[in-house]
Amino acid sequence: MPDVTRLAFFGGVYSNSLALEAALTHAKRSSADGLYALGDFGGFGPHPDRVFPILLDAGVESIQGNYEESLSSGAEDCHCGYTDPRDNHFAQISYDYTARKTSSEWKRWMRTLPKTRRLEVAGRKVLLVHGSPRKINEFLWESTSPVSFLEKMLADSDADVLVCTHTGLPWTRLLPSGRRVVNAGVLGRPANDGRTNVWYARLTFGRDVSVEFVPVEYDHEELARRMREERLPGEFIETVSTGWWTTCLEILPAKERERGRY
Amino acid sequence: MPARFLRAPIAPTVSDDGLYPFVPSISLDTLWFQVAGTICNLKCTHCFISCSPSNHSHEMLTLGEVRRRLAEAIPLGVREYYFTGGEPFGNPEMLPILEETLRQGPATVLTNGMFLSPDRCRSLKRIFDASEYSLDVRVSIDGYTAEVNDAIRGAGTFEKILGGISNLAGAGLNPVVTVTEACEEAGSPAGRARFLDWMRSIGLERPRLKVLSLFRIGAEEGRLRAYESWESLRGRHLTEDESEKLQCSSCRMVTSRGVYVCPILIDEPRARMGESLAETLRPFRLEYGACFTCHEFGVTCRT
Ligand code: SF4
Ligand code: SF4
Ligand SMILES: [Fe+2]
Repeated sequence: MPDVTRLAFFGGVYSNSLALEAALTHAKRSSADGLYALGDFGGFGPHPDRVFPILLDAGVESIQGNYEESLSSGAEDCHCGYTDPRDNHFAQISYDYTARKTSSEWKRWMRTLPKTRRLEVAGRKVLLVHGSPRKINEFLWESTSPVSFLEKMLADSDADVLVCTHTGLPWTRLLPSGRRVVNAGVLGRPANDGRTNVWYARLTFGRDVSVEFVPVEYDHEELARRMREERLPGEFIETVSTGWWTTCLEILPAKERERGRY
Repeated sequence: MPARFLRAPIAPTVSDDGLYPFVPSISLDTLWFQVAGTICNLKCTHCFISCSPSNHSHEMLTLGEVRRRLAEAIPLGVREYYFTGGEPFGNPEMLPILEETLRQGPATVLTNGMFLSPDRCRSLKRIFDASEYSLDVRVSIDGYTAEVNDAIRGAGTFEKILGGISNLAGAGLNPVVTVTEACEEAGSPAGRARFLDWMRSIGLERPRLKVLSLFRIGAEEGRLRAYESWESLRGRHLTEDESEKLQCSSCRMVTSRGVYVCPILIDEPRARMGESLAETLRPFRLEYGACFTCHEFGVTCRT
């Protein structure tokens, strides 16, 4: 076995503690050498406070997402970066619920998290961000993040590998320079593909860097039950149960939108 | 085609005492092409750059010119490309221009919908499918009745726009429909919901609507007069956040006459910042009435 380092990256958890547990079990079984969470622990799902102890117990290293930045600074909204009134309407429901149900102790903890993180793995500079290196809530979508744009972004931020989340959809692009961008997807909700599983990203650093998106099955019916109990919107529950997004649709670029049901 | 985000005359505000703020050039994310120049088959009453069949103040861009700009854009890390006019599909090279652009990055075309035949829409869909990047077609309309729309865009345009929209949908492309507040209703939540219903009724299953809301209350009044002297950024200081929100901190506009600061000021000689893209990535003095509107109302021409 050549000398390799395997790292697991978790995108937005969105209060989905069930999926987080399932992903951690999987990552540990596949002997990950490091576990990283890219922010947005709350939002969308129920009982935000259940997520943090799981992260800490598992030794996950975390950075802030726009949710943590907003919650820990007492902001009025999630700064998700939506521009459509319907998207914002649902985003506000998530945020108000999460802000109310997150204890001040955890809000203080969030404030101590860094916004970015740099690692040096097998001679490569790895940069962890929530949205992009320049903005915590910038959306890096596959179909609107062209090669030349990413090349400059990675060169400017002195990174060989960039790992991000925030959009909710996993993808990766190997750039002509050999640099690489990975959007780890999210654990919080399915990837708008009609499947109920969620995703995390596993990077293997050896002579090359390889990326694998790992599907995570979890008890989505139990999540839906808890969401109903907490009176979260039926639209959110439909997404959990069907794998199709029903909200945050207007922010999707044409390609990504075409692949979904709505 | 320039969305009708601004209609008031874009005259520089009076004074030249050096008190206007400068907007920094933070990045070049959005590159605009005045691909049809100021040449348009329509003559909308609210067109802010007075496009018409005979307005040649900016000429159409050729495929060769666009290609040269695309090459310039690579080292600058441009994220997305926007095409406007005039009417882009009046440019005989529009399809090859889009095809070539989409090899490099995502593109959006702003059109009046008059030239969207079933054939052309199918070609657009083929170009979209062949690219790993997104293509958006943004069609402007000024109301959901012929009466309201045609008063602004010209007799018979409503039916043709509808035809264009349904040809796009028929080819499997989902257009972004843009309305301005010339269709005031669309600004309110109820009006917006009605507009979305109307879009569904004409066959758009997943209606995508962009309302260009610039002026809030009293908009009509505001648009019908020139800027007054207080409507300027004179003496203002921009915070970093405010700069970032202005599109001119991250965009430039290419026309046949050179590179301009933004899609709005192409009729202002001092808004022409240079010939090469790289040399225009420097601060710009916000001395125009339009700059006040952008700042106050958060106008952006992006989708
Ligand atoms: S359709 Fe033509 S005349 Fe009308 S606003 Fe657009 S560019 Fe101007
Ligand atoms: S008109 Fe708007 S976009 Fe153009 S320079 Fe002025 S503030 Fe910037
Ligand atoms: Fe986020």
